Amino acid sequence: MPTLTNEMMRSIIMDHYSSPLHKHVPSEEGYEKWHMHSDNCIDDLNIYLKVENGKVVDACFDGVACTISTASTDIMCEVVIGKTTDEAKFAIEQYNHMIHEEPFDADVIDEAIAFINTSKQAARIRCATIGWNAADNILKDK
Amino acid sequence: MFDVKEIRSQFPMFKQKMQGKPLVFLDSASTTFKPQCVIDAITNYYTNATSNSHRGDYDLAYVVDKTVRETRQAVARFVNSKENEVVFTNGDTSSLNIFAYAYGLKNLKENDEIVLSESEHASNLLPWFQVSKMTGAKIVYVPLNEEGRITVDNIQKVVNKNTKVVSLAHVGNVMGYRIDVEKIAAICHSFGAIFVVDGAQSVPHFKTDFKKWDIDVLTFSGHKMCGPTGIGCLIAKEELLNNIDPVFVGGGMNETFFKPNNMIPFDAPSKFEAGTLNVAGIFGLKAAIEFLESIGMDNIEQYELELHEYVIKKLEGSNIVIYNKTADSGILTFNVPGRFPQDEATYLNYKGIAVRSGLHCDKLLPDFLKVNATCRASFYFYTTKEEIDYLVDCLLDGGDILDAYFN
Repeated sequence: MPTLTNEMMRSIIMDHYSSPLHKHVPSEEGYEKWHMHSDNCIDDLNIYLKVENGKVVDACFDGVACTISTASTDIMCEVVIGKTTDEAKFAIEQYNHMIHEEPFDADVIDEAIAFINTSKQAARIRCATIGWNAADNILKDK
Repeated sequence: MFDVKEIRSQFPMFKQKMQGKPLVFLDSASTTFKPQCVIDAITNYYTNATSNSHRGDYDLAYVVDKTVRETRQAVARFVNSKENEVVFTNGDTSSLNIFAYAYGLKNLKENDEIVLSESEHASNLLPWFQVSKMTGAKIVYVPLNEEGRITVDNIQKVVNKNTKVVSLAHVGNVMGYRIDVEKIAAICHSFGAIFVVDGAQSVPHFKTDFKKWDIDVLTFSGHKMCGPTGIGCLIAKEELLNNIDPVFVGGGMNETFFKPNNMIPFDAPSKFEAGTLNVAGIFGLKAAIEFLESIGMDNIEQYELELHEYVIKKLEGSNIVIYNKTADSGILTFNVPGRFPQDEATYLNYKGIAVRSGLHCDKLLPDFLKVNATCRASFYFYTTKEEIDYLVDCLLDGGDILDAYFN
């Protein structure tokens, strides 16, 4: 993927915060829900994934969340939709590696690369991972 | 009054930086920095005086017992209670839990009423929730006035012959309003109820007079008054302590026990102090009290009120939403329009400023304020006007919150 400038990463985060694509409750049956509540932020989110035949066919979320958790959860939805459960789990793992400043595979996390600087604000790591951890919990037995 | 700069030089934490910038610590309602004398007192216990209290027959143990006794006397002097009314606990939460269970389970029954408020910290709500569930006693919330205050008039409306306990913070940890404890105590007593005062946000900030106010119970933490974490006090009237039973039992709190299941406890306060005390914490608490006394509680109170007035004046005419303009303390609760409180706190962190955002352990108050969360800056006697100027500049500079990640 092309190298993103800081300005591009800023606008990715702001776009997904101000106009999230997946912030809504599911409009049909068949979704699995995971509730996440942050103890150091007031983030309070429900994450919904729909898995059919080993594939994540849709993902969405709702709740109250700060810029970082809203944008990162929205991008998480983008990243996992259309992936097999194994591919989705791998992407989540790579994202977590990036957040914790470990080597990671940038190709599978797409726009989530915008959160590469999260460790500069260590108190917000929890916000940047809340949606991803929820999805991981839903997918872990799949 | 006192020289803030000189006082700050006694706190090693002020040499720290945050985000590469000078640390501006505006979260003293959460916990406070410790002066070197408190750190030295704790180190002295571990370095020169380690031994257990109550049970040694040697010189070291004597020194510990003497310091524990002197600390109890220091606390009694500091809050104007009797020495035997001072129970050492792990902190304010621990004090409130111990008292709620000890008093509540023995004295409360169905249809009795416990009066609380929506502006209480979780530590003064949840123990009573538990006791209410276990005894069938009902919880009644005193209504807040339009400003968010607990008024004597509203207390009068809810306290009646069924009221057994009224438990309120002397100063609320979000709004920073002070209640009239003396008048509320008189109302409680006229109905035979007891009045519990959570002093977590008051004891560190102005002079406490347990005796004159005629309150029944007072609780507080050491760490919010420049003392160590893990030490606090439960102060209760002598006759009240004598009439309730210990919640924790074990070594150090009993005269004797015998088969099959009998135990004779010590008199209060020892009967509430089972197990090894936080001796290092007690050494530190004594140093903290002496330190605060050397500055003077009246000076501390006056200075903090001045700081609050100063910040309110500085923010006048700005777009910052302030929820407690008339607070009687160094607590400023606010939001920046269009910015999520956590985002604002992260932005301030990036500027080197420590503030708190969220619900501040009061999950009932947002209903009243009609917001999801707020930011809170809280001042202490070591806060400077220059720090407040810097806070205001950062609040008003219109910087992008994502600067915190990309600069």
